[in-house]
Amino acid sequence: MSFISHLINGISLGSVYAIIALGYTMVYGIAKMLNFAHGDVIMIGAYVVFTSMTGMGLNPILSILLSMVVCTVLGVVIERIAYKPLRNAASPLAVLITAIGISYLLQNVALLLFGAGAKTFTNVVTFPSISLAGGKLTITGVTIVTILACIVIMVGLSLFVGKTKPGRAMQAVSEDRGAAQLMGVNVNGTIALTFAIGSALAAIAGVLLCSAYPSLTPYTGAMPGIKAFVAAVFGGIGSIPGAMIGGILLGIIELLSKAYISSQVADAIVFAVLIVVLLIKPTGLFGKNIQEKV
Amino acid sequence: MTVMKNTIKNMKKSTKSNLITYGMVIVAYIIVQIFSTTGNLSSMMQGLLVPLCIYVIAAVSLNLVVGFSGELSLGHAGFMCIGAYVSAFFSSCVGDALPGPLRFLFAILIGAAVAGIFGILIGIPVLRLRGDYLAIVTLAFGEIIKNLMNVLYIGIDGSGLHIQASDGGALVLDAGGKVIVNGALGITGTPKDSTFTIGVIIILITLFIVQNLVNSRSGRAIMAIRDNRIAAESIGINITKYKLMAFSISAALAGVAGVLYSHNLATLTVKKFDYNTSIMILVFVVLGGIGNIRGSIIAAVILTALPELLRGLSDYRMLIYAIVLVAMMLFNWAPAAISWRERMKEKIAERRKHQTKEAA
Amino acid sequence: MAMLEVNNLSISFGGLHAVDGFSMKIEKGELYGLIGPNGAGKTTVFNLLTGVYKPDEGIVLLDGKDITGHSTMDINKEGIARTFQNIRLFKAMSVLDNVKAGLHNHHAYNTLTGILRLPKYFQTEKEMNQKAHEILKVFDLDQEAEVLASNLPYGKQRKLEIARALATDPKLLLLDEPAAGMNPNETQELMDTICFVQKHFHMTILLIEHDMKLVGGICEELTVLNFGQVLTQGKTADVLNDPVVIKAYLGE
Repeated sequence: MSFISHLINGISLGSVYAIIALGYTMVYGIAKMLNFAHGDVIMIGAYVVFTSMTGMGLNPILSILLSMVVCTVLGVVIERIAYKPLRNAASPLAVLITAIGISYLLQNVALLLFGAGAKTFTNVVTFPSISLAGGKLTITGVTIVTILACIVIMVGLSLFVGKTKPGRAMQAVSEDRGAAQLMGVNVNGTIALTFAIGSALAAIAGVLLCSAYPSLTPYTGAMPGIKAFVAAVFGGIGSIPGAMIGGILLGIIELLSKAYISSQVADAIVFAVLIVVLLIKPTGLFGKNIQEKV
Repeated sequence: MTVMKNTIKNMKKSTKSNLITYGMVIVAYIIVQIFSTTGNLSSMMQGLLVPLCIYVIAAVSLNLVVGFSGELSLGHAGFMCIGAYVSAFFSSCVGDALPGPLRFLFAILIGAAVAGIFGILIGIPVLRLRGDYLAIVTLAFGEIIKNLMNVLYIGIDGSGLHIQASDGGALVLDAGGKVIVNGALGITGTPKDSTFTIGVIIILITLFIVQNLVNSRSGRAIMAIRDNRIAAESIGINITKYKLMAFSISAALAGVAGVLYSHNLATLTVKKFDYNTSIMILVFVVLGGIGNIRGSIIAAVILTALPELLRGLSDYRMLIYAIVLVAMMLFNWAPAAISWRERMKEKIAERRKHQTKEAA
Repeated sequence: MAMLEVNNLSISFGGLHAVDGFSMKIEKGELYGLIGPNGAGKTTVFNLLTGVYKPDEGIVLLDGKDITGHSTMDINKEGIARTFQNIRLFKAMSVLDNVKAGLHNHHAYNTLTGILRLPKYFQTEKEMNQKAHEILKVFDLDQEAEVLASNLPYGKQRKLEIARALATDPKLLLLDEPAAGMNPNETQELMDTICFVQKHFHMTILLIEHDMKLVGGICEELTVLNFGQVLTQGKTADVLNDPVVIKAYLGE
């Protein structure tokens, strides 16, 4: 029974990673950049919910919506001010380092506004827990909501990218930015939209993460951000189902190693699995293998 | 005198640039020494001198991979960690059996060798990956090393060496046994052998190795692979060999930076060797100019000292650091900023021309 | 013995027979042309000869030695050097260093010698500089030795690629559309240079071009490739007058 319980918790944690990884993967696919500040947007999102609920007494749904709006605006502003000017820079490392700078910036803004002490996040999920197998197996409401949210987001995003005009514009920009521009796609707008969606997802991920692990500090977003990045690479960066499966697998591996091997080396095991996957399949599970034309 | 002038004139551009870099380091060293002997150096600055050397060495060595080999590595702190641990372990074991300087020399060589070997072991599988995939795998390796060191316990007693990997369990040793590596608590009591002078000497040696390597046959091969792998193969260059060479030399030098680190503090833990440190070193390299060794040194010094110098601003210092970093990146790298700078330069030059004309 | 002998070389990509049963023979010192319409598989032949792709079938003999399936690096060491249709220079390196990179395997010293600046370093570097300047002079590039490769004008970049390939001291030089993007004057000058290289270095050269007039001017023998297969091959004059070739180029 405990195995199933660990497994379900793993899927739940993995679902959070997956939602974060979707943000990473979409931005990477379209802007070809690793947005290192993505994890910190999650943290900001969680703080917004925290403040609006405990400080302003807003109800959870409104708080989450507010948080999504704030994160969306934040994501678009960051893209406009810090990343867009570097889009044609001589080295792709320039925008990577700038993203790291933005990451420090967000962490320190949060540090000044909210202090270094951990805030106890109130669970926003009022969904009841489910007891199975005569009480031997309890699945918390957060777990259920997280998994459901992840599935809804994944399906919604796939439909959006596949069926709508802006979604197809995204595909076009990620395939060949220059050609898309020549075909009349608004490249700047599409990239901004991608950041907006990714950041809104980060807000949701922030709420879910802190509902399950209720300690919130300015550095809360950093490690899940890195893990989600790993998940995105694991699944094949740029691929939406890849991010999803990568995230969930990562969550499962992490929790099972914590339960059965060692909580200290769980992260090491996660990273080791990533390395093995990449050595066998250098572009991740669902990544496209692109050969350079000679 | 004229002979000397002529030799300088006839020197290759790269040789001249290398000499300027050595000169810069030596002049900085002399200035610091003057300040120090006249008592004009605050204790905070005194404490910063060895860390400055450590980060300069780390930045120069990472530049070999990022700038000259063209690979993005986010695991440099992992190699520092290996160098730090192995050398601290060595020095703790040896204790006073060897005289201090000799012990430190061995510690440095061992740290470099083991980190370099890890560079090869890690490099063989991962250097097949490209770009961002290599970046994430190197990051993963750095984190794995950190994690493993956290659960490593090594002790020594009458019956020999005890090695154990566990979640916080203590070692069972005979009476009189000594714990050397104590899991997350790390290694304590490493002799404080690192000094500013030794740090500067190692910087000079690092510069000697990296600059001479870059300006040699192997360096050309490394850069050729960076610029165009397929063309490099087509002229008979062994891709794996030279990528691995750059990676492992860089790892060995990072290991030496780690040795300086562990012999500068009473307690060594792995906390300092996480991906944040790897990223910070990468920031030095990119901000100083990818492939620009002198730039790496200057950026490492300024960015290591900056947070300390801003200490008066207490809570705002890291915020200012972040803003300065983003602003500097935009100013240095954004195509719009670059063309604006060029225009300004031209304008100033033109104005100067006008002025000289009017003066005439 | 022929310098290059290719028998029944084939490769397909996902069911498409990019090169199918390709055979040719090039004698030592010959200037040989490989022509054909766009997409005929000319560059794929080069990629097969230089080990970028491994053939599904067939044999490549260089100077009597089987080099089929060897790595690109080893094939260069055996004596095939090439240029690329889309120029592949070491852009952030100087013109001189591009050629010196080509001398990599012929003027060697080990890494430690380089780092420690042992006497052999200075001696070998001096030899390399001399040799590189010699080669650059052939292509009229010696004045630009210290210029960054990416700052050269287009025509000179193409020449530098040939110089770099030549620096590896090959038995066979493969040139992939060396005159692409050049104006008629530059093209003429380049063709003269290629003829000079052939005579001066006694070089065997295989050249891809799709401008038939141009190839007709300098090549002694031609192979015409169409849809991955050899359409015809032989003496230049015969090939160019072959009605099959005219049809392949101009249609019915």
